[in-house]
Amino acid sequence: MSDEQSIELVERSQVSAKAAEFKAGGWRLVQISSVPTLGGQEITYSFDKAYRLQSVRTTVPNADPVLPTITGAYFAAFTYENELQDLVGLKVLGLPLDFKGNFYRKAMNAPLTSSNPDGKAG
Amino acid sequence: MGTRTVIPFGPQHPVLPEPVHLDLVMEDEKIVEAIPSLGYVHRGLEKLAAKKDFNDMVFVSERICGICSFIHSMAYSTAIENIMKVEVPERAQYLRVMWAEMSRVHSHLLWLGLAADALGYESLFMHSWRVREKVLDVIEETSGGRVIFGTCKIGGVRRDVDAATLDKTLKMFDDIEVECQEIVHVFAGDPSVHKRVAGVGILSKDDAYALGAVGPVLRASGVTWDARKLGYAAYGKLEWEPVVETGCDVPARVLVRAKEIFQSIGLIRQAIKKMPKGPVEVRVTGNPNGETIMRVEQPRGELVYHIQANGTKNLARFRVRTPTFANIPPLVKMLPGCELADVPIIVLSIDPCISCTER
Amino acid sequence: MGIMSKSPWILHYDGSSCNGCDIEVLACLTPLYDVERFGIVNTGNPKHADILLITGAVNEQNKEVVTNLYAQMPDPKVVVALGTCATSGGIFRECYNVQGGIDTTIPVDVYVPGCAVRPEAIIEGVVKALGVLELRAAGKAQTHTPTGKVKA
Repeated sequence: MSDEQSIELVERSQVSAKAAEFKAGGWRLVQISSVPTLGGQEITYSFDKAYRLQSVRTTVPNADPVLPTITGAYFAAFTYENELQDLVGLKVLGLPLDFKGNFYRKAMNAPLTSSNPDGKAG
Repeated sequence: MGTRTVIPFGPQHPVLPEPVHLDLVMEDEKIVEAIPSLGYVHRGLEKLAAKKDFNDMVFVSERICGICSFIHSMAYSTAIENIMKVEVPERAQYLRVMWAEMSRVHSHLLWLGLAADALGYESLFMHSWRVREKVLDVIEETSGGRVIFGTCKIGGVRRDVDAATLDKTLKMFDDIEVECQEIVHVFAGDPSVHKRVAGVGILSKDDAYALGAVGPVLRASGVTWDARKLGYAAYGKLEWEPVVETGCDVPARVLVRAKEIFQSIGLIRQAIKKMPKGPVEVRVTGNPNGETIMRVEQPRGELVYHIQANGTKNLARFRVRTPTFANIPPLVKMLPGCELADVPIIVLSIDPCISCTER
Repeated sequence: MGIMSKSPWILHYDGSSCNGCDIEVLACLTPLYDVERFGIVNTGNPKHADILLITGAVNEQNKEVVTNLYAQMPDPKVVVALGTCATSGGIFRECYNVQGGIDTTIPVDVYVPGCAVRPEAIIEGVVKALGVLELRAAGKAQTHTPTGKVKA
């Protein structure tokens, strides 16, 4: 497989600057995903350039669930960031298109968090 | 500046087989802004990973979408195989290519039909679907299913296909290729189709790349990128080049998909001819532990599986980023400046798959 | 055969299906299966429809849509649940956004299982629905109750 992958850990505050670096380097935003951990969420940003995948990862504690936006560099990130707000319950600061939790229509708030282990409404 | 009105497009619209919703901000007949919203078919299946065994998740992933079903299960299985370092037998790799390309042919024919319907060209719609049924016959002959194949599993594929059936498959595709040529000839050469769509839904090369477009939308804007070049399954051992068009508009997207039908038929032939003999699955024991981001090319574009496993039978995270999700920002970019009457065909030109997107 | 079953009009709604059953419903209308030769016409308008075909499970978002569509159809009417998800919630039964089969929201007359449901099975289900439609038009079939199941 030529699909090389590497993950770099960064502070939450550096996310926007890091995204701008990737943008300047000609990378394409592939995805933003979240993984629930004990007491927080791991957010992974993946970028592609010439079939190489490079990811940046940061952690967001449940006690302070805010995340800066990367839409300054990648406008298309608004879909992923609204998804994070809806399904994981984060607050993304500075979103240009903010659906305020209504991007998905769903039975419960923030279903994809560790505090919702069952994930079945009602 | 004229008066602005907001026209809701969808969720129920005659041209849409599935519910999606756009708020169109209009100035007279021109679109100024398009705001999407999702969730009419949101099921929340990523959460099922916490309840189902990782082996059973193959069935769930196959049912994320009933059109690219096999490619979903292949992506998921390959992701788990990468984590568990399972060597899949070669014959299974070639069979996976064969089935994946069959689903691409049926998906593109389905899309060409829907596009013809959106243009008001009903007989072309019916012909595309008539030929598609022949592809479904081959799929049924080889896998047993029509739209849900159920043949992929972690460690290989569930059933082998004997030599006689493979021969028959080749013959049937010779026939299908001729019929596809006739259909594509109408799409590419018919002046009324051309007049209707030329220059509609422009997405420049830079915008396509910057907004993260994938699949035929990206390639129709002149960017050479096809996830199959990553070489998963047996794609690394086959000879082919991504289809690229530079028109940046709806006809370019039609052409990319039309040419990909023939490319896929070519790949099916290669896969069948190069397919070695041998077993089609290996036994997989234990639970996965690790992480991977798996990318494959669906008919609609790059599909991403982010899997994190923690050594138990339930995955820590099962995350799917589908191609239509990535193509929403480009769609929002294409619409402003267009006429209201062009909205249906532009929305269709990204080949939206909503059940994929909303999971 | 009475008046009702000579040319039944069909309304199709996609609950939260994976598309598999939906494209099979569409396949029924295209040349190979071509249900129009039986006088079956696909309509987009619930007020013209006799038979409601639903694919996929009911979720939080569309339960009102399903109830509305059903309420808008004129009597006599028949509901056919197509595919495993529509009959029981299927593989997505345990999802947080899924409520269950169609009969958790509106009464269903004919259950057609299958994942994905085959075109032949869809046509058979519609033919069974015609029987129910005839009986109901003649006032002989049970009227609907929220969980009422009618053997066709």
